[in-house]
Amino acid sequence: MSDAITHEAHHHGPPTGAKRWLYSTNHKDIGTMYLIFALIMLFLGGAMAMVIRAELWMPGLQLVEPDFFNNLVTNHALIMVFAVVMPAGVGLANWMIPLMIGAPDMAMPRMNNMSFWLLPPAAILLVLSMIVPFFGGGQTVNTGWTLYPPLSIQSGMGMDFLIFTVHILGVSSIMGSINIITTIINMRAPGMNMMKMPIFVWSWFFTALLLIVIMPVFAGGVTMLLFDRHFGTSFFDAAGGGDPVLFQHIFWFFGHPEVYVLLLPSIGVLGMIIPTFSRKPLFGYKSLVYGMAVLYGLGLIVWAHHQYTIGMSIETTTYFMIGTILISIPVGLMIFNFIFTLWKGSITFETPMLFALAIILMFSFAGTTGVMLAVVPADLQYHDTYFVVAHFHYALIPGSLFGLYAAVFFWMPKWTGHMYNERLGKIFFWWTTIGFNLTFFPQHFSGLAGMPRRIVDYNMIFTEFNVMSSVGAFAFGLSHLLFLYIIIKTVKGGEKATTEVWDGSSIGYAGLEWTVPSPPPFHTFEKAPVVK
Amino acid sequence: MTIETNSQTVFGHRRTIKWLLILAVGMFGFGFAMVPLYKLVCSVTGWNSIDSNSAQASTADISQEIDLDRTVTVTFDGTINAGLPWEFKPLVRKLEVTPGKSYKADFYVKNYSNREIVGQAIPGITPWQGTEHFHKTECFCFTQQTLAAGESRVMPLRFTVDARLPKEIKFLTLSYTLMDTDRSALKANAGLVKH
Repeated sequence: MSDAITHEAHHHGPPTGAKRWLYSTNHKDIGTMYLIFALIMLFLGGAMAMVIRAELWMPGLQLVEPDFFNNLVTNHALIMVFAVVMPAGVGLANWMIPLMIGAPDMAMPRMNNMSFWLLPPAAILLVLSMIVPFFGGGQTVNTGWTLYPPLSIQSGMGMDFLIFTVHILGVSSIMGSINIITTIINMRAPGMNMMKMPIFVWSWFFTALLLIVIMPVFAGGVTMLLFDRHFGTSFFDAAGGGDPVLFQHIFWFFGHPEVYVLLLPSIGVLGMIIPTFSRKPLFGYKSLVYGMAVLYGLGLIVWAHHQYTIGMSIETTTYFMIGTILISIPVGLMIFNFIFTLWKGSITFETPMLFALAIILMFSFAGTTGVMLAVVPADLQYHDTYFVVAHFHYALIPGSLFGLYAAVFFWMPKWTGHMYNERLGKIFFWWTTIGFNLTFFPQHFSGLAGMPRRIVDYNMIFTEFNVMSSVGAFAFGLSHLLFLYIIIKTVKGGEKATTEVWDGSSIGYAGLEWTVPSPPPFHTFEKAPVVK
Repeated sequence: MTIETNSQTVFGHRRTIKWLLILAVGMFGFGFAMVPLYKLVCSVTGWNSIDSNSAQASTADISQEIDLDRTVTVTFDGTINAGLPWEFKPLVRKLEVTPGKSYKADFYVKNYSNREIVGQAIPGITPWQGTEHFHKTECFCFTQQTLAAGESRVMPLRFTVDARLPKEIKFLTLSYTLMDTDRSALKANAGLVKH
């Protein structure tokens, strides 16, 4: 690897100008770009959510056409999953994994650069998929993020743009995952054996392994969709002997583990934050690692609980129901790990810790509704209602997005060398948490009362719940301007952060990332540290 | 870091990447392997359906018993799958049937295109609990329908709802979706369906 040798030969700072970012092979710069990309897309996906909530403010049609509404629902989901949470997670992995395991960089720095630079074209294609229907591109993509045929076979040109978006994102995340696993397996500092790795590194080990297993399947599924649309095949078209339900199986074989792809990095972040601010080592490190392994295994074999209504045999649905309920065991174990870490700890409530505690509480809520939804006879009632919407937003916003916020507040002083404004951080926490709960809590009730999801209009009896949701959503959306302000302010200046940053970091978990200065120099651990 | 450890790492990298790439490519293949596997597993085990609903003459022994105490309303529905330039509708919308007796219903179909098209109707019963009690003794869905340009036809269906149909089911809907067997319409439009 001549690259590494050249780097050793002359120490240098970052190159200047656009080349620093375009040609970057530095894990810190690439991590930063991933995070900035995710932040930009968060605002785009969030803006779509705001239009959705504005339309649902009142029954009837006010702002947008029904097809465009469903297009917004589709792209909001795709952006939030593929362009916000996943890139942000990879960004954290890029920044922190080499620092945590004492590696000088990722295993394949150039491939790392390519993984990132595939994202902007994918984002452009995704936006184009929304725009082409206005210029004669046929029917808008109004399928929801699940892209079920036959509707997705009938959609216009936008669907082809989306299919290629998925291909590019798939290639990007597979390359990123291969890079991450190779780094973890081969580039640990001497003495850092697998069971000494920080829990965040473990969480990304499983996430990356999961991505390598599921992304190709999804890419294959949308490729079949593309062939059905243009090349006269009949994988999913009943007219030619295909089966549309097969696509649902392929989609959810990917789609269910995808939830764990979004969730696991945040579990890893919690495993770093809670010991730090409880000033106690993590309770049950090994069990947490094994719990993630069990979650990985179970996650791959329970997909059809998203499809109870397709008319599977009783035996099949029973199997998927039992498998799904079993998932609450490893997830419950993780929650208990965190609670026992808190137990008798010397706890302080900085912003990352507030987020961490809120995640435990609100994610448990999603777990409870999840068990309800796993039960077949109950699910037949809840299927495709706002109850499901409330459930997965409680799972994904605290479970992954708040985990990312916690991570940003936790590591931002390390990245920038400046402490963020604690008071603003706390205001942001309370603002988002209240906004989020106000948005999604009422949806449990409207869902149980039968309000169907993905529909532009609704019955008048749901008006009050929807007004509450919309008010909450606007507050939740607006709070992100404060988030942006806090980030910009911290990057620009502020109180100098120490090497250790948090006074609990040497007690809770003394990781290698707290041994490099804040901000870390452009190149770190060129000489591998020795871990005892 | 010395040069030896570097080459060691590069060797380790290659091995790891090789296995991960094999895994990724294998899973891409697995996605496609799901197509035949799904068909095979489901046809052997029947896991994919709570009840079989096929476009074939009923071979189950139909109960001869006639239940004069009640009637069931059977509603007919005909749908055209995307892009097929045909008209397809039931000539009678609803029938009050006595369980156990045999009835006939006709469907009308017309090919509005300027070419010959082969269609196939696929049936579905709602609610699904009624499926095993709805017996089609003669149906246009048993065979493919070939219609020349502009040709129209009245197609027969003969059926019996057996007396073992659960008492709480008072309405049944029989819905047909008419498919274009060689998907000529979709191909002609190159995937863009005109509305």
